[in-house]
Amino acid sequence: MNAHQQPTGSAYFIAPETAKAESHTLSILVNNEPGVLARVIGLFSGRGYNIESLTVSETEHEAHLSRITIVTRGTPTVLEQIKAQLERIVPVHRVVDLTVRARELGQERPIEREVALVKVVGRGEHRAEALRLADAFHAKVVDATVEHFILEITGKSSKIDQFVAVMKPLGLVEVCRTGIAAMNRGQQGM
Amino acid sequence: MTDSNNQMPDNRMTGAEIVLKALKENGVEHLFGYPGGAVLPIYDEIFQQDEIQHILVRHEQGAGHAAEGYARSTGKVGVMLVTSGPGATNAVTPLQDALMDSVPLVCLTGQVPTTLIGSDAFQECDTVGITRPCTKHNWLVKDVNELAGIIHEAFRIAQTGRPGPVVVDIPKDIQFATGTYTPKPEIAANISYQPKTQGDLKAIQAAIDLMATARRPILYTGGGVINSGPEASRLLRELVELTGFPITSTLMGLGAYPASGANWLGMLGMHGSYEANMAMHDCDVMVCIGARFDDRITGRLNAFSPNSRKVHVDIDPSSINKNVHVDIPILGDVGSVLEDMVRLWRALPKKQVKAQTEEWWQEITRWRARKSFSYKNSNDVIMPQYALQRLHELTKDRNTYITTEVGQHQMWAAQFIDFEEPNRWMTSGGLGTMGYGFPAAIGVQVAHPDALVIDVAGDASIQMCIQEMSTAIQYNLPVKIFILNNQYMGMVRQWQQLLHGNRLSNSYTEAMPDFVKLAEAYGAVGMYCDDPKELDGKIEEMIAVKKPVIFDCRVANLANCFPMIPSGKAHNEMLLPDEASDEAVANAIDAKGRQLV
Repeated sequence: MNAHQQPTGSAYFIAPETAKAESHTLSILVNNEPGVLARVIGLFSGRGYNIESLTVSETEHEAHLSRITIVTRGTPTVLEQIKAQLERIVPVHRVVDLTVRARELGQERPIEREVALVKVVGRGEHRAEALRLADAFHAKVVDATVEHFILEITGKSSKIDQFVAVMKPLGLVEVCRTGIAAMNRGQQGM
Repeated sequence: MTDSNNQMPDNRMTGAEIVLKALKENGVEHLFGYPGGAVLPIYDEIFQQDEIQHILVRHEQGAGHAAEGYARSTGKVGVMLVTSGPGATNAVTPLQDALMDSVPLVCLTGQVPTTLIGSDAFQECDTVGITRPCTKHNWLVKDVNELAGIIHEAFRIAQTGRPGPVVVDIPKDIQFATGTYTPKPEIAANISYQPKTQGDLKAIQAAIDLMATARRPILYTGGGVINSGPEASRLLRELVELTGFPITSTLMGLGAYPASGANWLGMLGMHGSYEANMAMHDCDVMVCIGARFDDRITGRLNAFSPNSRKVHVDIDPSSINKNVHVDIPILGDVGSVLEDMVRLWRALPKKQVKAQTEEWWQEITRWRARKSFSYKNSNDVIMPQYALQRLHELTKDRNTYITTEVGQHQMWAAQFIDFEEPNRWMTSGGLGTMGYGFPAAIGVQVAHPDALVIDVAGDASIQMCIQEMSTAIQYNLPVKIFILNNQYMGMVRQWQQLLHGNRLSNSYTEAMPDFVKLAEAYGAVGMYCDDPKELDGKIEEMIAVKKPVIFDCRVANLANCFPMIPSGKAHNEMLLPDEASDEAVANAIDAKGRQLV
């Protein structure tokens, strides 16, 4: 939130930001080398930008490339600045604003998916209800005893939010979410 | 740690040897540094060669600023070498300074052996972690075979694109280990870093077309012109000549266009000239070349040059549209873009006529007539502005380089010393580092042994890196420190007067050293002057001394630096010296502006 309240750390009087903040998903292709993630997140904290979700993993082993997906929030000007600042980092190859790209392609949003593991503990009717709901959400049982389940669910973040909410009264113990993996529709790569 | 063979192949050597060989291959002649446990193998190699001269400083901060002064005055990369832990942390200030002012700087740091990293070893710190946000890029070398390649890449990254500082952190066991030296590659291997230098011709054409229609144009140039090299300054002069446009510059860009040039409006910004700021506010076409719309330049952003269309030439994409929205962004090296601009302007089918900008020039003449740098001189005390005017008059025909510390004296130096050439003016603009000027002057003098190098200083700033006098003496560097001594932290005091009811909290320098004796203690020459009538003679005497000099120039204590755009105000709301009564000064900044810096 800092980012759009005090843009770019100017020491001078700055007019309050009138443009509306929006949530965008960025895909960042980087060299898989020590410290590269620290460079990216250090940029966000150092310049007061938000991180709403972050995932990172090596995607091309031979080329030593990793793909970082960040969901961030800001006005269009701030988002443009975030992209330019990211591109300045030496081991960063490419930065694509998937949300902007989706709009260019005439789509509402890029494809965004998240995986969550949800542990539910309970007996009797609660247990049966949890299993019924898991089935309705297409969640898989990946571990179980007579007293608990671990459920794996994949989908949009909103679907996972909802699943977690319905599991709460049914003995929810813990949740682990991966953050968003995202890609644009169509045949073209980033 | 040597090979079992008596004869090592030419490209097999220790890490420390690799460092020296790579520095030589990158054209390094001077190195500023301070030894310590974790860099001893490199110092041992330095001892056994004489191609690279090592300048021993007295504090690592001094090494960094000296390397910056060296780089800014030559256009080459400045190189510093420090040890692990405190050596590296002391280098942080010059690294951030170089980052903000785009100075190419390679900093080599020693590190504890790789096996001890993470164990809280003696003099260990997370150097790459600490310096990550204050460098363009940094490396921790974990394999001696990668060392040469990393150093070559470090030099490439420091000096290409928007120049900046880089750190190469070298653990001690890597310095001892034997590995293979790889020569500098013709084409850089790193494909993720490929700065773009050629501007988009369509955008440049659009800019030229816009400029040709301008009735109230202005060129606003910055340090990028100087960083691009002397050819960029030459092309800028040609463009001004061709277009007849008025030109102003930021603090960092002084000298790219000569101050004696007919179209020169003086520096712009918070303490810039009235004509430059008014022209920025009222222009219809603004061409920003190698500057970054810093807050000291723009004043209140929502009142910044409200009626102009703006062109911005910059090599750094993140500088474009950061603070100010521009209509025509041109991404590229200033020199390359200026070349295209000059060519396309010459090729314009319909030449712009002089009459088109005649009214504009008449207006500028009226603004100039306000003489915004004027001050009331005195026969009894030396006015700081007068001291700098005399210093300029008596040094302008020599091969002179000027550095400054930070504060009132810095702004007065920018106002009253005229620069005709680039690379003659070294000052800490972005970070505003007190203590920069003296070590920077040492770096300049190392690069230009026969030049006259003057550090214009304040009595507070000079005490931040005064220990480097010992360096100046050791290497016979006849740097001149010209202190405008008003016994205050002048700029702090001025702001306290403006913003805080003249309550001068901690801005008075009590227990001032005797600067003359201080100079003598180091083996330098100390001079003192408090009489305007004696000033010229004393300055000439200072210039004639072939040793470092501290010149304690006692000036009016309470002089303020004007003109000034007070916080929260726009360019056309400047406070001018003739209007700056005590009452006007007290009310210059409203409650809102008071919260700003």
